[in-house]
Amino acid sequence: MVSFLLNEKRVSVEADPATPLLWVIRDHVGLPGTKYGCGAGLCGACTVHVDGKAERSCQMQLSALEGKKVVTIEGLSPTSSHPLQQAWITEQVPQCGYCQSGQIMKAAELLADKPKPTRAEIIAHMDGNICRCGTYNRIIAAVERASREG
Amino acid sequence: MNIAIKGSEVSRRTMLAGLGGLSFCMAVGTDSLQLVAGAQAATMAGAHVTPWVRIAPDGKVIIYSAGAEMGQGSLTSLALIVAEEMDADWSTVVIEFAPADKEIYGYVLNNERKMEIVGSRAVQLYYTMLRTAGAQVRKVLLINAAEKWGVDAATLKTEPGMVVNPANGQRLGYGEIAAFGRIPDPLPTVDPKDLKARKDFRLIGKRVPRRDIPAKVNGTAEYAIDVKLPGMVHATVLHSPAAGGQPESWNDADIKKMKGVLATMRLDDGVAVVATHFEQAIAARDALKVTWKSGKASGFDSERALNTEYVKIHDDPAAKAKTLDAKGDVKAAFASAAKVYTAQFRSDYGYHAQMEPLNAVVRLNEAGDAAEVWEGTQAPDTTRESVAKALGFKLEQVTMHQCYMGGGFGRRSIGDYSAECARIAKEVRRPVKLIWTREEDVAYGMFRPQSFQCLEAAQDATGKVTGWRHCVVGDGGFLLQTGIRIPYYGVPNQHIEERGVDHGIRVKHWRGVGHVFNIFAIEGMVNRMAADRGIDPIEFRLQHMAATPKARKCFETVARMCDWKAPRPEGRMLGISNSERSNSLGAGVVEISLDRTTGKIRVHKVWVAIDGGLIVTPDSAKANIESGVVHGLSGTLHERVTMKDGAVEQSNFHDYDVMRMSDLPDEMHVEFVDVDTRPTGLGEIGTPFIAPAIAHAVFRLTGKWLDHMPFTPERVLETLKA
Repeated sequence: MVSFLLNEKRVSVEADPATPLLWVIRDHVGLPGTKYGCGAGLCGACTVHVDGKAERSCQMQLSALEGKKVVTIEGLSPTSSHPLQQAWITEQVPQCGYCQSGQIMKAAELLADKPKPTRAEIIAHMDGNICRCGTYNRIIAAVERASREG
Repeated sequence: MNIAIKGSEVSRRTMLAGLGGLSFCMAVGTDSLQLVAGAQAATMAGAHVTPWVRIAPDGKVIIYSAGAEMGQGSLTSLALIVAEEMDADWSTVVIEFAPADKEIYGYVLNNERKMEIVGSRAVQLYYTMLRTAGAQVRKVLLINAAEKWGVDAATLKTEPGMVVNPANGQRLGYGEIAAFGRIPDPLPTVDPKDLKARKDFRLIGKRVPRRDIPAKVNGTAEYAIDVKLPGMVHATVLHSPAAGGQPESWNDADIKKMKGVLATMRLDDGVAVVATHFEQAIAARDALKVTWKSGKASGFDSERALNTEYVKIHDDPAAKAKTLDAKGDVKAAFASAAKVYTAQFRSDYGYHAQMEPLNAVVRLNEAGDAAEVWEGTQAPDTTRESVAKALGFKLEQVTMHQCYMGGGFGRRSIGDYSAECARIAKEVRRPVKLIWTREEDVAYGMFRPQSFQCLEAAQDATGKVTGWRHCVVGDGGFLLQTGIRIPYYGVPNQHIEERGVDHGIRVKHWRGVGHVFNIFAIEGMVNRMAADRGIDPIEFRLQHMAATPKARKCFETVARMCDWKAPRPEGRMLGISNSERSNSLGAGVVEISLDRTTGKIRVHKVWVAIDGGLIVTPDSAKANIESGVVHGLSGTLHERVTMKDGAVEQSNFHDYDVMRMSDLPDEMHVEFVDVDTRPTGLGEIGTPFIAPAIAHAVFRLTGKWLDHMPFTPERVLETLKA
């Protein structure tokens, strides 16, 4: 049994300690907003925050989570009103939308750390997150907007 | 804000029960649309009726959208077309996926009714049908208001969601009318002149936000991979490394001992493992040791085929060839030519790499005579058929729940993995979610076929292209053929053919299909000829596109956008190409630089001008082009699948290189030519011009032509050395 804070609620999960956090979140707890893309830490679709840092949840095991604080897209803002979520809507970023939870969580880490990033800093920070629909230009515009307006 | 509701729970019965308001059901006949009342529909023995529009007494308007939503935005665009003509108040519109019934909801193409959304079809094929539907609903609302007020319907007008009597200012909301309304018999017919003039559009052509987007920023948009049913178990599959191979034996006892594993199952071309949790299924798949019987693709070597076998086929006069287009006297044109050009092009296999790995959920009822399937599919009609076939069911025994797609790009249109899931669900008698791991999604992909192409062009003394030969060699049948014809270039003598082989490799549409490599070759040839003659490549094209008036506007627009003749910074160069797909035409320009040490091409700017007919939702349309451009850049510069002994050599995103943000051009500019013609396809036309435009720019920088897609740094270096 491993206990941790998930979106500010304490959860205790009984599963193999090696279970990737991704499947703990999606199937054992039942929050499907965090997505499976590659299972190998290559695409960023499963990005969540662990103690405030963006992590690939497919690469983190349940056993490492005792006492940690995990935030998923569902917990980023209870009312979907995080400046990035608002900017994502204004800029009409998502197409298929599948990678966007991970994109937003990765971008949220950046703005928390650096509220006014340059375009180059945004690109360097976001480069590990694949968007196959190619919404990269709108992601940059939305991060810039959130940085301005947030 | 209203958001799209996942799947349609509307069965015919609940539809007939209605919302307590008017149900407008459209019976789609062979020659026209008819509107019939829900009550009448019940008496229409044998007729297939399903609603497109329902209006509740509270004013809520539900519009059913048949546009499979894979990211292109047609869920919103199609509903918007109906709302426009019925003059609905867009804020009261709720969009639902249309049920998977092609007899009711299908478009007609080549005398066939389909719901499959491939080839950028959604808006272009549904446009007139949906306008007519919306206009007919509006007429019924007008007639009911006129009767209530005792006036002539022709004197009334509509405002969004409201019938208005201009004579006295009386108003009735659509919901109010729904509360008392009846459907006139006979029904009002819709004449093309009843449709709105463009100047009266309130929604079409405006920046209307997509309805699916709010759910895609907070994790609530439901993809099939997110579906959870009571008692559901998880399955995954290891398929034969070489397509067509069958499992002979495997370490079944070991697998079944693994934690959480509930069952294993022999499939025609693979072994399925079923477990309580997905991570347990993955672990079991990874532990499988299977002895495979060889498959049809066993022994296949993609590079050997492309470099040797295809060349032999091309050179063999006895090889089987399929003529795709032939006109004039090609032999004479070449015999009398002042100059003949020849060029060869190659392109590798491409993988879809949609971000959501292929998956489906299937549940059979207790009696085992009905199935439900959840899938994000480009073709809900085909998925139903595939699942029915897999289970030995009739179509009506299968209910389809459409979900959002985490990308499609042509892969999600045949329901193969849903059929596989159905077989597993039938075997284990539990609801099953089947997910292919990313590695499986790559290894058992269905690929854009590789191609070898030989082109010859004859010019007369004036520089006019008088003869054209194009032969494409590969394994893919019709997938090799799209985009190979050149009706937009007025070449009088042409012979265009395909020489097909069959490697047993699984192939499929990939955004733009054959246009991707055929336009690379065609435009590569055109750019070579213009360069050789020292003619501006825009001018050279326009000389040959007199029969295609819309080309001029596209090229003039893109030339203005990029300031075509202006000098570029040191080390930068422009390249240009025509683009064409799904009845749309476009012109695209790229600005690149090249690192001659590493061979890496950097695309700094992209400009594209498109004639896509009337643009229904401009921002979504622009997003489609931007997306197509990035897909084109990724495919042109990075993506490559190779096969040895019939097995795919790549396995995940570390060795199948999809473009990342750091390769995004600094600028992308998209313009649509302002025309009134019917909308044409926009989902793919942003893709095919990228490769020939980049090759053109590289030639103008280095004097060397890249002729093999993708232009990986290694290939660029080889080309520079050659």
